[in-house]
Amino acid sequence: MAKQSIRYDDLKVGDEIPPLTTPPISRTTLALYAGASGDHNPMHIDIDFAKKAGVSDVFAHGMLSMGYLGRILTGWVPQKQIRSYGVRFSAITQVGDAVACTGKIVEKFEADGEKRVKLALQAANQKGVVTLVGDAVVALP
Amino acid sequence: MAAVDRTRFIGLKSEPFTADVEKGRLKFFAKAIGETDPVYSDEAAAKAAGHPTIPAPPTFLFCLNMEQPNPYDLIQQMGIRVEQLLHGEQSFTYIKPAYAGDRLTFQTTVTNTYSKKGGELGFFVRETDVTNAKGELVAKLNGIAVVRENM
Repeated sequence: MAKQSIRYDDLKVGDEIPPLTTPPISRTTLALYAGASGDHNPMHIDIDFAKKAGVSDVFAHGMLSMGYLGRILTGWVPQKQIRSYGVRFSAITQVGDAVACTGKIVEKFEADGEKRVKLALQAANQKGVVTLVGDAVVALP
Repeated sequence: MAAVDRTRFIGLKSEPFTADVEKGRLKFFAKAIGETDPVYSDEAAAKAAGHPTIPAPPTFLFCLNMEQPNPYDLIQQMGIRVEQLLHGEQSFTYIKPAYAGDRLTFQTTVTNTYSKKGGELGFFVRETDVTNAKGELVAKLNGIAVVRENM
């Protein structure tokens, strides 16, 4: 399934890439992510452990949201064109939160003989609280 | 509270850890992050899209590194308990694509530590090199972990 080719010359700073919003995160989501990711930290899956540690409930793995946010990149261009991807986790994502992932082009430049764009990325919950702030560099034909 | 000084751990390295990128695991990971693009779960679709086989998605290398016998070895060496940890930042620099069937080696170095909020929060910065079986650098991972010192 070839993606429609995104071309450098067709883009301008400020353009948004296709967003996505996840369904609300359930405890099943967290259990599956713990297993699939190998991150077995009980703070994300065991409410008894979380309560003993002094928090009222388990909370989502930051890397789950980073996985969601990464999907707007891989949904936009073939993955081999992604040069870097990073985030800062700015708020905790709770059980029941839906994660809205958005990205826009903030810079067009050439480096290492490639045409590249820099994207500003963001994940936010259903209340509009920003949970991840990130960026990515993507090479384009 | 007084800030916890962990500067003596700067330069601390994890034991190199080698893991295989497994096809079944990639399918499970795709399901867990809600990735429905068949490139990430179906080999025929991956090949049709020009990949040799199923690619490891952008954040998967972080996860594979958690497969080591004790993924919390470094934090425990620094006297940190897992429940104190929050993830502050994470970034990936991609040098070569990783695919199902690859055998990858991970080694992490603690590169900095500091504290904020009058010592309430500790931070440590870690850098992980990921190399393939040929010894080529596949990716670099940079992370900042936050330690809730009062917990």
